[in-house]
This record gives sequence, structure tokens and C-alpha cells, in this order.
Amino acid sequence: MDYENAEKILEVKHLKQYFNVGKADEVRAVDDISFDIYRGETFGLVGESGSGKTTTGRAIIHLYEPTSGEILFNGKNVDNFTSKDDQREFRQDMQMIFQDPYASLNPRMKVKDIVAEGIDINHLAKDDADRTKRVEDLLETVGLNKDHSSRYPHEFSGGQRQRIGIARALAVDPKFVIADEPISALDVSIQAQVVNLMKKLQREQGLTYLFIAHDLSMVKYISDRIGVMHYGRMLEIADSDEIYAHPLHDYTKSLLSAVPVPDPEFERTREEIAYDGSGENDGKERHLVEIAPRHWVRAADDEIDMYTQRAHEASLIRK
Amino acid sequence: MENDKNILEVRNLQVNFKTYAGDVKAIRNVSFDLRKGETLAIVGESGSGKSVTTRTIMGLNARNADITSGSILYKDQDLLKKSDKEMEQFRGQDIAEIFQDPMTSLDPTMKIGKQIAEPLMVHKGMKKEKALAQALEMMKLVGITDAENRINDYPHQFSGGMRQRIVIAIALINYPEILIADEPTTALDVTIQAQILNLMKELQDKISTSIIFITHDLGVVAGMADRVAVMYAGKIVEYGTVDEIFYNPKHPYTWGLLSSMPTLDSSGDELPSIPGTPPDLLDPPTGDAFAARNAYALKIDTEQEPPFFKVSDTHYAATWLLHPDAPKVTPPAQIVARQKKYAEMQQALVAKQRPSVPVEEEEEQQ
Repeated sequence: MDYENAEKILEVKHLKQYFNVGKADEVRAVDDISFDIYRGETFGLVGESGSGKTTTGRAIIHLYEPTSGEILFNGKNVDNFTSKDDQREFRQDMQMIFQDPYASLNPRMKVKDIVAEGIDINHLAKDDADRTKRVEDLLETVGLNKDHSSRYPHEFSGGQRQRIGIARALAVDPKFVIADEPISALDVSIQAQVVNLMKKLQREQGLTYLFIAHDLSMVKYISDRIGVMHYGRMLEIADSDEIYAHPLHDYTKSLLSAVPVPDPEFERTREEIAYDGSGENDGKERHLVEIAPRHWVRAADDEIDMYTQRAHEASLIRK
Repeated sequence: MENDKNILEVRNLQVNFKTYAGDVKAIRNVSFDLRKGETLAIVGESGSGKSVTTRTIMGLNARNADITSGSILYKDQDLLKKSDKEMEQFRGQDIAEIFQDPMTSLDPTMKIGKQIAEPLMVHKGMKKEKALAQALEMMKLVGITDAENRINDYPHQFSGGMRQRIVIAIALINYPEILIADEPTTALDVTIQAQILNLMKELQDKISTSIIFITHDLGVVAGMADRVAVMYAGKIVEYGTVDEIFYNPKHPYTWGLLSSMPTLDSSGDELPSIPGTPPDLLDPPTGDAFAARNAYALKIDTEQEPPFFKVSDTHYAATWLLHPDAPKVTPPAQIVARQKKYAEMQQALVAKQRPSVPVEEEEEQQ
């Protein structure tokens, strides 16, 4: 990925997404996060359950009204899309692939109607023949038999259903796809098939992905850059190889140290690093700081030196 | 029992499920041993029969299950010959299970102290006060913080990781001989998973249970298992020690499983994947069930089922590739790298044991 000339497709600025605002059980699911996604890249979002990664994805595609902050898509503020045409264009350009291939497909609809729903809404097909052809092409693109378009979702396996979900997302020719844990419900051997398919489609159609997952090894495999979230905050953003080889934030270190590796010898000597999150709530003002080139860490002013020191030790900064 | 190191011997187990469409052959002739104090991991995709195997051991299969043959020997008794009533004596006492989903395997209307104490009252006829005191001890043992104050809390007041600790406490309260852990950490985050796995290892040392660990996560297997059995389409296709399976796998399905999992240092464009989907067990294919997805399949694979070939005293694999007449094939690159590492480990081991012997002469050791 060439970041020198890359163009931003999505800018998230100080996004806050609170639930039950003003009540005793107010939840700050996403608490002031900012990041950019460049056209054509895959941005991985990792974190434990409750870290706010899914909420972030849903806020970006505007399933929620953000509490505050801005989301710019192609330079335009998503919140200001008042006209129907703007909204329809936005919904066409941005699509989502969901986690559970069993729950995200309507069991009473045939596969062809599921896939064609977006085509119908956006009037993309000239006539019935064109609609059928588009559906069949999409099914072939995702590796399904086009003769199966009259079947119902229950007739397919989990991996095949996830392919239907991908075909549905691609039907409206999107530019940006949010994939929220698209493979966690699938078996290992099927996971690889779906990930390969997603990568292939990205190459062929120039898609940009926001890939949300908790499976760290798969995220690293598919992503160009990765953001680590914890308690609704973005703690570290860097290139995926770099963040795995040289994590700077203690939480990232702890998270990576907990990933089991399919290598018994490595496992025998693996030591988990515990993370004490209490330091995050000491009242100091923290924000993302570019410690090394394109490597951002959430730090208070008096912590910058420490992280810079770490980056020097990992030779991330050239003198 | 064939071997007194064994605590459980499963022989020629076959289980069918009767459905309107016909008999689903879920378990097709499975045999294995569980040794005292060991952790045996059973790995495989969903539908390969891992969970049915352990549910059969527990006597917890659905009503349409039909055990057509086999035996499950525990302490010289065949568990398959026991009535439902008799099985109740074993369940929760000799054999206990940790289920996958801590959200659904606890009773939401019962205080957790009582849930943990229940097996003691049921199996040992213990008085409530005494049982609750023991439950409290167990809560501390599994690392539930502030146990005294939380013993009267309900499951919804705990996080997922804490709930799984409660489930473990219930399973271990009677110090079972055999603990079945069916995907115990799949629903948990990696950091919590690490805590639970460490806890299980620690407790296994303390109360010397044997564990059957079911999972599809090979990373977890690498850290937990002493021995590994790989299941595919209702059969065990390869078994051996954890090192033998991870560093010297022989079955193409094991190769596929190991290579399709990205490690933290794998990169590149195409992730090796196993093409296709598992066969329909309503009508299992003749020959090797994996043949249709197997890039290394031989002609005989579609005609005749491969027997187990011996790789070492502890390592067996059911693939025709191990037949002396089979053509030599080169496994995927990742597997070759693993085998190389294995050869180095073996050499290092030999060199360590017999420092006087030159290493070169010992290469054939494996």
C-alpha cells in the first residue's frame, strides 16, 4: 500500500457514541476516537468484547446517531446528508457484512431476492433479465453455484451463507465495506476460504475494508493497518506488521501475548503480560500521538518521551 | 481395561442419528484411550463428531441417537451398558463437563453458591451448610474475587470470564476423574481465554484429572494438549503426541488444518485453504471421506478406506500416503518447515541425552 499518495476515503474525528445519555446507566461505548481510512486499504479494528469496535463500525455506517464528533466519507459529513439522493448514494457506497451468517439472512427469502434487494431499491437493473444476470454474476463472483439462486438460506452451510452475505453487500457496487467479525462463526478451513475471497474481491474491485475482529492472527493477515481499541478508546494505530512486531502500548503488548500460537514449543515458553488499565483513568489528558512514522499511540504529554524511547529501542525511528 | 495407565477406553464406537431424511452416521468407528492425568485434545471442524463423541461418553445424546456398536470402558465398566439412572451416578461425580457457552450453561434463577454446591448435595448427600462452605473454597480456588460476598449473587451479575470460572467450579467440585471441556474458551476474549486455560492447567496439577479437550483452535491445542486426535467426518484420521501432530503431521487433512491457520508471522497473498466442504454424513462417501477435498488423493482413496498406519509407537494416521507402495509426495511448504523443525528438535534431544554420540548418526530417530 502506497501511503504517500493515498487518498482518505473515511475520516473519523472525535467520535463519541454514548448510550442512555444522562441516565445512571450511561455507557460510553465509544469515547472520543479519531482515525482515517485510505482508499483501497484494509483497516483492522481489534479489541476485546465491550471495547467499542462494533459500535464504531455501526456509527460509521450511520446505524446510530453519534453523540458528538464527525464522520467524513469522501470528504462529506455523513450527518449532513439530508437529501434522499445523498442518503441513497451513501448507503450504496458503504455496505456491511455481518458476523452471524445464520441470523443476517432472512429465512423466508430466496437467495436471489436477498442478493437483489439492494439492486431493486436502487433501481440498478434495467429489467428482470438484467436483474437475474446481475444476481448470477454475483453468486459466481463469490464462488457459489448460480443454479442455487432459487434456494433458501437454510439449504446452505455457514461458509456458503457468509458468501451470500458478501454477494448481497457487493450487489450495489460499494466502495467501502464494513466487515464485522465476518469469519468468527465459521470453521477454520472455511475461514481461510472466505478471507481469500475477500482479498480477491478487494484486488479486483478496489474495495476498502474496515475489518472488525477479535481473532488477532486473522486480522493481521488481512489488514494493512490496525487500530487497537480498549474501553471505547483507540490506544494504538500502526501498520499491521509493525504493530505485531513492535507494539508500543502496554495494552497491545498484553493482548498480543495472550494469542495462542499453533506451535507447542512456543506455547510451552509463552508468558502472558498482564495489563493494568487503571493508569488510563488518572485524569490526565491523553490523545493519539505519532510516536514513529505512521505509528500512533494514545499518550499523555509526559508519556511521549517514554513511548519515543520504546520506539527508539525497537528502531522504529531513524535518526 | 487393556492398559492400566488408561482411565477411559473407547472402542469401535458408532453413533447414528435417526432423521426423517435417513440415518446420519455421526460417529463412524472411533477408538481412543484417555490416560490418567493427561490432556487429550480432539480437533476437527463442526460436524466432525467431536461433541457427539463426548456426549456419548456422558450419556447425554439426543433421543434420536442410536449407538449401533462399541464400548466405553471406565474402571472396567462399560458406560454404554448403564441405564440412564445408573449414569446419573457417574455424571458430575466421576465425569464432569465444562460446556462452551457460559451464558447458557448456568441456571439464571439460582444463586451461584448453590449451583456450585449442588453436585455435593446430590452425589455425596452433604448438608447444605457444609456443601456451601466447600463451594466457597472452590470459588476461591478458581479465582473468583471477593468470593465471600459474591456467593449469593446470580449468574447475570458476573462477566463472561467469571461465569466460565463458575462453570469450572461446578465441574470440579467433586474432583472428577475425567473432565470433558467442550470448547470452553471459544466464547471468551483472548486475554480471558489465557486466564481460563492457565487455571485449567493449574487445577489439573492440583487434583490430577484427565481432560478431554475439544476445540477447533489449534493454538489452544498447542498449549494445552499432551496428545491430539484429529477427527474428520465422524472418524479419527490421525492421533499422536502434540509434538508429533504439530511438527510431523502425516494426514493431508491435518496438513490442511495447520496451514489454513495464519500464524502471527505469516504473510503473503493467498492463505492456503481446504477447498470444498465436509461430506454429508447421511450418505458418507466410500473410501477416504476426505478424498474429495484432498489435493494429494490417490485412486485408492475413492475406493477403499485407509487403515491406520503406524508412524511411531504413539503416532498413527489413516491415509494411504503412508502405504509402502504409495508415491512420495511433498507436503505444503508450511508443513515441510514444521517437519524440519521437528527433525532439529529430535536431534537436539538425542544430542542432549547422549552427548558422547555424534549427532549425525542419530538422524533417523523419530
